[in-house]
Amino acid sequence: MTLSVRGLEIRFGERQVVALAELDVADREIVGLVGESGSGKSMTALAVLGLAGSVGADVSGSIRLGELELTALSPAAMRDVRGKRIAMIFQNPVSAFNPVFRVGYIFLRTLRLHGFGKGEALERARAGLHEVLLTPDLLDRYPHQLSGGQAQRVAIALAAALRSEVLIADEPTSALDVTVQAEILELLRGLRQRDGMSILMISHDLAVIGQLCDRTVVMRNGTVVEAGPTASVLGDPQAPYTKELVAAVPQIGAVA
Amino acid sequence: MTRFIAHRVALGLLVVVGVVVLTFVIARVIPGDPATNWVGPHASPVQLARARHTLGLDRPLPAQIVDYLRGIVSGDWGISIHTKQPVLSDLGTRAPASIELVAAGMFLALLAGIPLGLLSARWAGRAPDVGVRLVAVVGVSMPVFWLALILQLIFFQKLQVLPVSGQYDPDVAAAHPLQAYTHMPVVDSLVAGNWPMFRSSLTHLVLPAIVVAAYPMGVVARMVRASVLETLGEDHVRMTRALGFPERTIFAHFALRPALNPVVSVIALVFAYALVNTFLVEAIFDWNGLGSYAADSIQALDTPAVIGVTLFIAIFYVVANLVVDIVQAFVDPRIRLR
Amino acid sequence: MRGNPLLVSGLVIATFFLLVAVFAPLLAPYPADAGSATHPLSSFLPPSWHHPFGTDDVGRDLFSRVIYGTRISLTIAAVVIAFSCVVGIPLGIVAGYFGGIVDDVLMRVTDVFLAFPALLLALALASVLTPSVANATLAIALTWWPWYARLARGQAVSIAGRPYIESCRALGLGSFRILLRHVLPNSVTPVIVQASLDVGGVILTAAALSFLGLGAQDPTPEWGLLVSQGEPYFTTQWWLVTFPGLAILVAALAFNLVGDGLRDRLDPRRVIAR
Repeated sequence: MTLSVRGLEIRFGERQVVALAELDVADREIVGLVGESGSGKSMTALAVLGLAGSVGADVSGSIRLGELELTALSPAAMRDVRGKRIAMIFQNPVSAFNPVFRVGYIFLRTLRLHGFGKGEALERARAGLHEVLLTPDLLDRYPHQLSGGQAQRVAIALAAALRSEVLIADEPTSALDVTVQAEILELLRGLRQRDGMSILMISHDLAVIGQLCDRTVVMRNGTVVEAGPTASVLGDPQAPYTKELVAAVPQIGAVA
Repeated sequence: MTRFIAHRVALGLLVVVGVVVLTFVIARVIPGDPATNWVGPHASPVQLARARHTLGLDRPLPAQIVDYLRGIVSGDWGISIHTKQPVLSDLGTRAPASIELVAAGMFLALLAGIPLGLLSARWAGRAPDVGVRLVAVVGVSMPVFWLALILQLIFFQKLQVLPVSGQYDPDVAAAHPLQAYTHMPVVDSLVAGNWPMFRSSLTHLVLPAIVVAAYPMGVVARMVRASVLETLGEDHVRMTRALGFPERTIFAHFALRPALNPVVSVIALVFAYALVNTFLVEAIFDWNGLGSYAADSIQALDTPAVIGVTLFIAIFYVVANLVVDIVQAFVDPRIRLR
Repeated sequence: MRGNPLLVSGLVIATFFLLVAVFAPLLAPYPADAGSATHPLSSFLPPSWHHPFGTDDVGRDLFSRVIYGTRISLTIAAVVIAFSCVVGIPLGIVAGYFGGIVDDVLMRVTDVFLAFPALLLALALASVLTPSVANATLAIALTWWPWYARLARGQAVSIAGRPYIESCRALGLGSFRILLRHVLPNSVTPVIVQASLDVGGVILTAAALSFLGLGAQDPTPEWGLLVSQGEPYFTTQWWLVTFPGLAILVAALAFNLVGDGLRDRLDPRRVIAR
């Protein structure tokens, strides 16, 4: 499924934080959204899910999922889209789960919410966990009993179980160890491969972007400064800001 | 989990012992001689000396403390100077009335405070929130004894709808004698099916309970509001939104459960305030509980009684806190599964 | 954000009380009545133009007495909080920063105090001292400081663990210097919030003690005492109880509103509700 954003503007009262002219994620494509903190990438993600209002921001512009104009949806219709068609995973996977409920409870309840029957929900949960190389008994655990990597896999498994069409990954590996990071990236690739998901990958880490994304969009102060195939954006940056970002990445073996 | 409980119990014991020692030391510093109070002002020096010996006043302070602690454990809490009864039995007779009032006050405080706090959080920033916050802040600014008098003025004096003296109407008690099991009129009359007494004791309980509940209710409402609002800002609530759950479910279910965990510990606080308020208003409502017993004991420089009441409250309070801590540990999986 | 009506009203009323306390001799129509002057012929007069709050059992103007009572209540609050800060903060900071035995001892001691509501402890203490405003203040102060010690200790513990303190130590700065220049200033904010919230609490506690006869004695016009003096007559001479009690309520309310407002603004973890 495609995701198209046009003319997105996000404001907090008088202050404009995002002015994004164009952002596309094609079908089965992995697009990286790069920028430093405050560049507006997370706000953009929230806006796509229609959640910018819950933090007090005003949103205008067009956000389309395939043919569907999300900004024109009623709140109820938008709720149907969330999770079911567009899923999101977060930077702190353990704290993203409600601490007083078992992880499986959230998992199954979400599936039931989006229309799956009890038996089918359980089946999908098992399948989803299998896909991320976890055993179903993990569903009985509380979030604080999971490692960061495990929790993130459960989150990914949930997106897979929901058969979401688009996944927004907001800094999914930033809080994880490098070795775990690689596994998560592999799982994300798997989502695209097996489940046909389009992925919008938000990160400040160029190495991660470089490994995973087909195309890359660079944001700064709420606007896009460069966009294109990852290889050219990172390998041969045109915009001065992108050049700075690339140059700032420490190289193993290079002399300072 | 057991380590948690053991740790809490140890702390509780330490606190109780600390309080006893503290009160004992301070009480012995009272100007005024308990021995004189025991035998009266016209006693001979011999009688005075004997009284001093009976009361153990002729022994060094640390020895007195040890004796007292040993006595506590074996059930001897001394003899009250102003009632001439064993302190422990005095406490037993007077405590139920206070317990009845504290319980009623706590019940009202939670019954009103929790829903108000939830309402306030649900509509944060809007009219219901401002309204609740105003009521809550007035509740915690209210001088309890004044509220008691004003309510008496309005509901007894002017409107003549509620009684203000004692735990029940003595005429009703004479006509429908009450079997005493728990020595709490409301409970006993309910259990015995003694409806005239039930009505009488319940109406007598209303005003004092409201007065006792005012301050804790304000505290509860504020804490519930703060806890819920804080929870609403947490990562996991954001995730449930992103998963497509309706706001109603998020508030009533996903935010509420973790938000109410700290509220369990608030119950201990509510108990503390209810206890204090009970003490302050017992005299105003002619309530024959520990509060008036304590007041009488202080007047009479009745050291064993004062220490006895203090100790009783200390133990009661520590146990209540312990129970709350354990309940909280059960409810919060993060503590239970440490 | 300055348009928070509750905070603004609280500030206005609190300032009003402060001014009344300062200018009491000028504002009270019968300053002598706040002391031991008696006018038996004008006793039990209901509120009127001459006596806005009526007169008491010995003819003293209640309005003047309540005005002077403002001084007493606010002074008690100031003394208690100052004492708590002066005693509690240094103890707390030292315990939190150095840890070890000092910290353990402080924690246990404050545990005993904090295990009980302040009023109960103050009652217990005041009951063994000769009743007076000074002793009531002392009793309250002695039960109030542990909270500040704990607050300061908590702050000190979290600051002591921060990397920049490590670097201070590495640079050879002495402990006292570090405590004074780095730990102390950073511990101030929660203390300010706590202090502003406590003014109301101390006013209520002092009034309660005086009401029970354990604090101010006649002729001192402390609000709680005034209420207890009016209690025997309150069914007929309702003004004797109503006005002093109202003063307690409004004063505590004002300072609580200010405290709330300060806490909302200074607490870094403010949550956006919707």
